[in-house]
Amino acid sequence: METALKAEAPQTAAKGRPDAVPRAHKDAVSAPKLPTLTRDQLSSLGIACLSLTIGVLLWHLVTSVNLDFYINFSNVPSPAKVFMAFVAHIQTEIFWTHIGVSMRRILISYSIAVVLGIGIGLIMGRSKFARAFIMPYIEVIRPIPAVAWIPLAILMWPTEESSIIYITFLGALFPIVLNTLHGVEQTPEVLVRAVQSLGASRWAVFRHVVIPAALPSIAAGLAIGMGVSWFSLLAGEIISGQYGIGYFTWDAYSLINYQDIVVGMLVIGLLGTASTAAVRAITRPMLKWQERTR
Amino acid sequence: MLDVLKFEDPKAASKGKGHISVNEVSITFGTGPDAHLAVETTSIEIKAGEFVCILGPSGCGKSTLLNAVAGYVKPTTGEVIVDGVMVEKPGPDRGMVFQQYSLLPWKTVYENVAFGPKMAGASRTSAGSTANTFLELVGLKKFGNRYPAELSGGMQQRVGIARALANYPSVLLMDEPFGALDAQTRLMMQESLLDIWKHFGTTVVFVTHDVDEAVFLADRVLIMSAAPGRIIEDVKIELPRPRTTDLAATSEYIKARQFCLDTIKAESRRAFEDQNA
Repeated sequence: METALKAEAPQTAAKGRPDAVPRAHKDAVSAPKLPTLTRDQLSSLGIACLSLTIGVLLWHLVTSVNLDFYINFSNVPSPAKVFMAFVAHIQTEIFWTHIGVSMRRILISYSIAVVLGIGIGLIMGRSKFARAFIMPYIEVIRPIPAVAWIPLAILMWPTEESSIIYITFLGALFPIVLNTLHGVEQTPEVLVRAVQSLGASRWAVFRHVVIPAALPSIAAGLAIGMGVSWFSLLAGEIISGQYGIGYFTWDAYSLINYQDIVVGMLVIGLLGTASTAAVRAITRPMLKWQERTR
Repeated sequence: MLDVLKFEDPKAASKGKGHISVNEVSITFGTGPDAHLAVETTSIEIKAGEFVCILGPSGCGKSTLLNAVAGYVKPTTGEVIVDGVMVEKPGPDRGMVFQQYSLLPWKTVYENVAFGPKMAGASRTSAGSTANTFLELVGLKKFGNRYPAELSGGMQQRVGIARALANYPSVLLMDEPFGALDAQTRLMMQESLLDIWKHFGTTVVFVTHDVDEAVFLADRVLIMSAAPGRIIEDVKIELPRPRTTDLAATSEYIKARQFCLDTIKAESRRAFEDQNA
């Protein structure tokens, strides 16, 4: 549906402006090519489906023959069992509570990370002092995995909930800061000069040049940050908490409930993918000029 | 065509304004052993409403000198004075047109031109009507809703000129604005620039390395030496206006052009011998 819309837009644009420029001619020329593009996308979708089908079949195969060749599959549940468990769970209220709690944690931590991350990145990008001052902390803290934070987070924060949110927030923060910084550093100097000559104040330069120039990079950082925040959230939920999809997964392991482990894993994967896609969808309108530019 | 447009008294706005004094300016980049003299001590007087071309080989410091007038570069010694005020930073009284495309790619053509008036505090509607007027002036009103990258190079530069003029600057500074355009587009742009200039009477300082371009456009051509740059010749071009491309065949044009070429040739030879000495 979306691809079909995309294919139509340039065509109507070119039709609406018969008097147009070389670029418009290019649009008109490339328009007939667009159905091919849709076919390309369709075929990659087909390939993806095929790939997943093969994967599930292989999974089914190794579990049904209880393959034990260095890697042991005898305790791995079959796809059918996992599917049945999944269907059973989605009919229970507690399963949705787990998902709801996890999503709420992500939403809170990620929102804080977005505000602070973009803010810190912008400041670092515009002030050499701030950059030199903050950078060492980023370099040292960034490589520390979320799991390693758990003991200290529990000691530092008053509630389990706040320590989980802290750990999740840290995960999302660094990619957002670094991508924002990178984006700001790429501001073309000629554009800064141009708007200065049009009477722009420092603030106007920031608002009309620096931030829009950094937006593509910031958007990339936001998408990466969302992925990493799921990563970190699960680390936090495994050790502490009583709700959350990470807790669900870890609990299933403690109870030796193998199919639920896989259900939890797959749900995490799906939620992570969906929320990253949501971030992309939200940032896309801000980058519209880039699509028109291509 | 231009008479139909409603400008806020274009000539009155810039009347008598746009006088530039470059007083004993020299520009050095870096310090200590890395110091590099870009512009040797130079003084220039440019009258209000004059069209001056600064002509010189690439790397001679002509853009640096222009940037000092624009306020991007601080002179190491000396000062630049525009209409009695010392230049300390860039400002809307000195419109700038660059060689590279310098329109904001995330704003439409219309928003780019309306930007200056908005910064000057104009209301949305008044900035908008100014933008439309100037887009019409450069023949691009229909393209207001396009993004810059959807326009050809020549069209983008026309928008750049419209954007600079929309602030009614007393001085228009142009840094090889047509350098990246193909020969035919460049000729067209030169003619339309003269047309616009006639209409506004703005002082124009135009940097180029193209002798033909300089002679065709200017009242005065200031020829710069190879680096470190200084003005070695001040050539008055007394060709009749309005000028069209037919001018290139006249003997006066050929004479002026030849004089500039000879000066540059002598200078390059001197620079070459200096290097080998």
